[in-house]
Amino acid sequence: MTAILPAKSLADRLTTLFWRKPKLLLALLITPPLLWLGVIYLGSLAALLLQSFYSIDEFSGMVVREFTLKTYGELLRPQNYDIILRTLTMSAAVTIGSVILAFPIAYYAARYARGRWKAVFYLGIMLPLWSSYLVKVYAWKLILAKEGIITWAATKTHTNFLLDAALALPGIGGNSLSTSYIGMFLVFTYVWLPFMILPMQASLERVPTSMLEASQDLGATRAQTFRTVIVPLALPGIIAGSIFTFSLTMGDYIIPQIVGNSANFIGMAVYQLQGTAGNTPLAAAFAVIPIVIMLIYLSLAKRAGAFDAL
Amino acid sequence: MRSDPNAAPLSLKIAAIGGLLFLHLPILLIFLYAFTTEERTYAFPPPGVTLKWFAAAWERPDIWQALTLSLQVATAATLLALILGTLISAAMAQARFFGREQISLLIILPIALPGVITGMSLRSAFGLMDIPFSTLTIILGHATFCIVIVYNNAVARFRRLSGGVLEASADLGANAFQTFRYILLPNLGTALLAGGMLAFALSFDEVIVTTFTAGQQATLPIWMLEELIRPRQRPVTNVVAMVVFAATFFPILLAYYLTRNGSETAGAGK
Repeated sequence: MTAILPAKSLADRLTTLFWRKPKLLLALLITPPLLWLGVIYLGSLAALLLQSFYSIDEFSGMVVREFTLKTYGELLRPQNYDIILRTLTMSAAVTIGSVILAFPIAYYAARYARGRWKAVFYLGIMLPLWSSYLVKVYAWKLILAKEGIITWAATKTHTNFLLDAALALPGIGGNSLSTSYIGMFLVFTYVWLPFMILPMQASLERVPTSMLEASQDLGATRAQTFRTVIVPLALPGIIAGSIFTFSLTMGDYIIPQIVGNSANFIGMAVYQLQGTAGNTPLAAAFAVIPIVIMLIYLSLAKRAGAFDAL
Repeated sequence: MRSDPNAAPLSLKIAAIGGLLFLHLPILLIFLYAFTTEERTYAFPPPGVTLKWFAAAWERPDIWQALTLSLQVATAATLLALILGTLISAAMAQARFFGREQISLLIILPIALPGVITGMSLRSAFGLMDIPFSTLTIILGHATFCIVIVYNNAVARFRRLSGGVLEASADLGANAFQTFRYILLPNLGTALLAGGMLAFALSFDEVIVTTFTAGQQATLPIWMLEELIRPRQRPVTNVVAMVVFAATFFPILLAYYLTRNGSETAGAGK
């Protein structure tokens, strides 16, 4: 019998080896990507953490490579503390705004869109999600500019007073939309909205129609069904979406730079401190804040079952 | 009881379609402003229409340089991500092992954490190790967050692929490499292509991580960012924005059509 079997090639022998020791194949497959992510990514995160425990010599401007908590102490200074608070407020506002805007789109796409409309909705959500971030921000700079389309539309429809009233609001108003918090909020919400719609839609699609019918049969009004059946079941998706909108807003530094009144945000602080100011330790300490917040957020979200909706 | 369960309330319909329009109309404005004759402001409606900005953009060497760099970086990062992403999805799909949960968290971390953190981390590491900024450092950063895109696409396809075909292939005498070449690769093909397209689009458009890892070089998004902060010829920026939009739009559309018949469709997670 052995005579009719061809001689074993190297490939065959390797195959036998893999068959006998599946762990070996697994190790071969997983080592290169793990090395990449482990060394480059985790290594970099470790470097960031390390830098945040260094400090800067105030006279020479040089980084002192000695362990200290001084840099973290600086985060509590009023102007730095303000930056953190402002960023978190904006992140929360954008998340809430996205939930409100996303819900009708996600609900319609999940429950009513069929056939061709389903594809339209899918592409209609996915294309803005993937299309160029900078192009989107730029588009809003055109829209919000004082001489731009919103002012033009307000003049044509004689609703200037509404625009002026919004801009006169204390705290969030400004000279024009492109230099106000309102404008910044709009741009953030626009840019991150698809990140909220997709997980929301995914969780809404899993709500069985029979449950909605049962709710109706039991005499619930539409509002009651919405409040007691749909929202609780969609909650994991909403939380999953909020991870993205919150985290992305918190770390962004392009939008506050281009739209708004040049008030500082965490992302901007990181960028400026490591760049022009050359204060890498403080920049690193600032960057640790979103990591800590996101880790807490992620563990809470995990407990709420949000990862099943991703 | 409603007579037609497929009919949506009108208010919901309006809100949903209004939402979709909100997502799409702003981008059209970019196209409009690329033809305006007004150079200094964003006056609406544009006072006139001209094609001269396309010629102006064509003759700018800085744009060509940025475009070339962006294409190089996106290509290299996509190839690296394709290799690493396929390997890790093969490992994650076929076995349960110790630390699997942690590894899946590690893969999504580069996009779950804000880009500014990935960028700042890489910058800290380069700083500590005295690595000078170059095209290579840009690629390094881009490949890291592109892995997850390929992974997402490939792992979904692996899950759908029944283990039976692999066993059948082995029973028919194919060795591991033949099984990979004739069974696995054809089955994974479109998922990998879609993942690659999306990774390319993501890399071509990335700006946040790049600002931290690029040094003096400018990719196309960085060029655009500089124009946004210190505008020179505003309509030229619009022309470039159109190019960037097209360079990301078509790969995404293609990725969608490549995978739309599957249970998983490309692009559901970014």
